[in-house]
Amino acid sequence: MNNKARWFYLLPYVLWIGLFVITPILLVVYYSFFDLHGNFTLANYEKLFTFVYMKMIASSFWYAFLITAFCLIIAYPAAYFITKTKYKQLLLLLVILPSWINLLLKAYAFLGIFSTDGAANNFLEAVGIGAQQILFTDFSFVFVSVYIFIPFMLLPIFNALDKLNPALIDASRDLGASAWTTFRKVVFPLTLSGVKSGVQAVFIPALSLFMITRLIAGNRVITLGTAIEQHFLVTQDWGMGSAIAVFLIITMVVIMIVTGTRKRGVQ
Amino acid sequence: MNKLIRAFAAVFAIAFLLMYAVSVLNGPEQKAGGNVLTIYNWGDYIDPELIHRFEKETGVKVIYETFDSNEAMMTKIEQGGTAYDIAVPSEYAIDKMKKANQLLPLDHSQLPNLKYIDQRFMDLPFDHDNQYSIPYFWGTVGIIYNKDLMKGKEIKAWNDLWSPELRNNILLVDGAREVMGMGLNSLRYSLNDTNKQHLIEAKEKLDQLTPNIKAIIGDEIRLLMENDEAAIGVVWSGTASEIMWEKDNLEYVVPEEGSNLWFDNMVIPKTAKNIKAAHQFINFMLDPKVAAQNAEYVGYSTPNQKALEYMPKDVVNDQRFYPSPEQTEHLEVYENLGADMLAYYNELYLEFKMHKK
Repeated sequence: MNNKARWFYLLPYVLWIGLFVITPILLVVYYSFFDLHGNFTLANYEKLFTFVYMKMIASSFWYAFLITAFCLIIAYPAAYFITKTKYKQLLLLLVILPSWINLLLKAYAFLGIFSTDGAANNFLEAVGIGAQQILFTDFSFVFVSVYIFIPFMLLPIFNALDKLNPALIDASRDLGASAWTTFRKVVFPLTLSGVKSGVQAVFIPALSLFMITRLIAGNRVITLGTAIEQHFLVTQDWGMGSAIAVFLIITMVVIMIVTGTRKRGVQ
Repeated sequence: MNKLIRAFAAVFAIAFLLMYAVSVLNGPEQKAGGNVLTIYNWGDYIDPELIHRFEKETGVKVIYETFDSNEAMMTKIEQGGTAYDIAVPSEYAIDKMKKANQLLPLDHSQLPNLKYIDQRFMDLPFDHDNQYSIPYFWGTVGIIYNKDLMKGKEIKAWNDLWSPELRNNILLVDGAREVMGMGLNSLRYSLNDTNKQHLIEAKEKLDQLTPNIKAIIGDEIRLLMENDEAAIGVVWSGTASEIMWEKDNLEYVVPEEGSNLWFDNMVIPKTAKNIKAAHQFINFMLDPKVAAQNAEYVGYSTPNQKALEYMPKDVVNDQRFYPSPEQTEHLEVYENLGADMLAYYNELYLEFKMHKK
């Protein structure tokens, strides 16, 4: 009975994973071995290693790296600050709130804010810098992406910092460590798991961003996500699109392994 | 444990109640007794009032769905999940669908209003004798520019866009055929060129345009042009007329080197269930007064000659949107180049997009 009940409860999970995770991945892998005419081929993978796609992969990684780095630089101090205040839950809510709004709506809002006569340029005019082109630049792309991804970086870091026992910091200071040393040797290593999950949650989706590359970067930034979209919707070259997707999936697994928490006695 | 089961039961109960509520709310729509017509059209491409009028006149219930690219539309019809009775593909898509046996032949005896269509738009190469398709709207690809921002400078040709004065001032529509076609035309090659050497030349020519390009984007061009975000946009004539409707002091030109002439056409896909109502609808849309009202709402050019009589003179006589046969003579219609060539066009287009300033 007990055993049966366990299987019964496992069923929804197994069905879900099977239907919506395993099957699609297998289908993507399957499609990636066919060319435009439905013949079996390895050419899609060969193409992936040509200069064009290599350049695209490099630029996707570069932008994903930039986005992740800026997210971390902003989110870590912010999370630290939030844990130190009285209104933790309220402040956290304010950070999470924007992620309840549809991504497309936010992108369109930035289209207005960054436009030639938009709020951002009005501000620059007022402080005497003068209007700049903001929309459709690398800056606007990274800025908007960071804005969108920050909650995903902040939350795990906040959780890690919040769980940190303050006695450890006191002990470190009592034993003569400076504030910087305490941070470097005590706080940061103990919150590293949060940083790692934050990096995963930002870097991986940032690799395959596609809508923002069009709306905010005006297709001047091309990522792997853009290429997949084009292959599926325009060229109808599902094979090539799938091959890029397989490459992305493999990359994600590698990143998960590299940034995964290894059980090495800490904690 | 019991609590869990109760929670689940509650969720199911609510779900069923909601399903029932939805079916009750949809009830009146199903009363048409199965006489339903499913239309699959581009977004914002019909006057909704006309759909109501058609429903009233014929008693047919219309379900209206939209798509935003020929490719997306073809994929859905190929999969056959929904029984679309009418679709509105562009000319090269019709050729493709014809070859894939996805279209049903039309019965011209059920379309008496067909006589109102200008002979110029009948019997075109992508569908001889209009066996499968009836023209819905037509237009060109061209350049819209803001006279204020251009400070009196005029644009006449594709090659004018390469002028260094236009740095960061051009918006391009995000379409491989349109952008590659612009490169090809600027070199005086055909839009349908399949010579790879020519295509590479066109791509390299486009690379040189990159410093002038502000963005390669979709329907947002309308908004950006209206807000003076850029001086120049490469757009379809219909988009241009919509922008000009909103804003003064804009000009639209079809470049002298040549450009694309396109047609969107009504067809009955193979998935159709209500072929009689589909013919009724096509005939209804061909009625001159209906076509005139639709053209005024949508802003694209109607192929219906008689309809022009019911439209404002200044619209119909505007040679920018109703070019004469002499003016369209040197324009080209997209041909279906086949999957491999299309893939090659897209590959070059992707490379062009990746070209940095």
